[in-house]
Amino acid sequence: MRQEVVLAMLAKVPSHGYELRARLGEALGPLGDAMNAGQIYVTLGRLEKAGLVTCERTPGLPDRPERKVYGLTPAGQQRVSDWLIEVSWPKPDLAEFHLKLIAAAAAKLADPVAIVDTQRRELLRRLRDVQRAAMAEPDNSDAALLLEGVVLRLQADLHWLEACEQNWTIRKRKP
Amino acid sequence: MIDTDIGQVIRARGLRKDYGKDDGLVRAVDEFDLDVALGEMLAIMGPSGCGKSTLLHLLGGLDRPSGGQVWLGGQRLDTIGERALARMRRRSVGFVFQAFHLMDELTATENVELPALLAGSSQRAARRRATELLERVGLADRAGFMPSALSGGQRQRVAVARALSNEPLVVMADEPTGNLDTTATLEVLRLFDALHDAGQTFVIVTHDSRIAATADRMISMRDGAFVDETRLTGGTTGSLAALVGLES
Repeated sequence: MRQEVVLAMLAKVPSHGYELRARLGEALGPLGDAMNAGQIYVTLGRLEKAGLVTCERTPGLPDRPERKVYGLTPAGQQRVSDWLIEVSWPKPDLAEFHLKLIAAAAAKLADPVAIVDTQRRELLRRLRDVQRAAMAEPDNSDAALLLEGVVLRLQADLHWLEACEQNWTIRKRKP
Repeated sequence: MIDTDIGQVIRARGLRKDYGKDDGLVRAVDEFDLDVALGEMLAIMGPSGCGKSTLLHLLGGLDRPSGGQVWLGGQRLDTIGERALARMRRRSVGFVFQAFHLMDELTATENVELPALLAGSSQRAARRRATELLERVGLADRAGFMPSALSGGQRQRVAVARALSNEPLVVMADEPTGNLDTTATLEVLRLFDALHDAGQTFVIVTHDSRIAATADRMISMRDGAFVDETRLTGGTTGSLAALVGLES
């Protein structure tokens, strides 16, 4: 996870590490299950070193051993503002798969249609997992919206694989 | 009448449906073999015009094949008379369509009790059954509503309740989420899933991969013919987090 995400989650109000984790957990639902608590503290440590985050020690309570409250410095706030207006988007690497099919067919190493088919099954299994997770979420949960995004991307990939399969099936018939 | 092998709900062998003739001959369903087990959820996928709806109509007795054989609950459908076929359809199949096909001038309850009344139930028994079914699909509080006052997802759930009226051997659905947005699709998928868990057999024709992904088995169809089959039960793919780039 990018440092800016952790930083931005602190923008509303300075927080304890465990509050930050709870907020992330709620936003991510089952997708946040693999989130590593240690990783967040490491990130917070780095942000502190970089002068983007301040860390105040609050007097400890017996039932609450954690005493560090993290908040944004002015530089941290600037970084969050920059991040919010930044236009970046993950790029799916479709070229690799495309070239795999071309190479397999050209060298007669493998049947491209079989490769597409195997890939399609794998994506359907992923879609099944994500769809099941989405079905288990209450309506309008933050995590449900994220899961919908994953579902739609997988569906787009499946559409493309369908096109690949049709195309390579036709090519195979031609001498 | 019912086959001794009750584990088998649907069987088709060499099923064929032709339209037109000579040069204009279109083979909408081409030598199709199929077995559907009791309690199974089967999705049939394929591009528009691949013959999947026609296949569903043949399996559900809505249409007659040009050739081949089809059994429903052990009963041969392709050789029985019109009246027997109509009775089989009413008793053994619950249909769900893309456009819901609810009667606009009837309330949700009245729509759901219709099949029971047509099958000869008393008014009281039909009403009781309809109330029960609407509760099952989570719409007890909408029982007196007209379809026009319901959302798309709710209308489809009423249609599912109606399909279940005569405790069908199989629910056959043709693009059941075709007219629904994401939220409504989830509603319907959750309902199908709960019914499937309770043992209901489903055959669903769709090009929505979300439905196919929640089925036990998926069959692909092209140009009226079987292309391949994927079993989706079992086998996990690992962490969900990895799918959104949350894992380092």
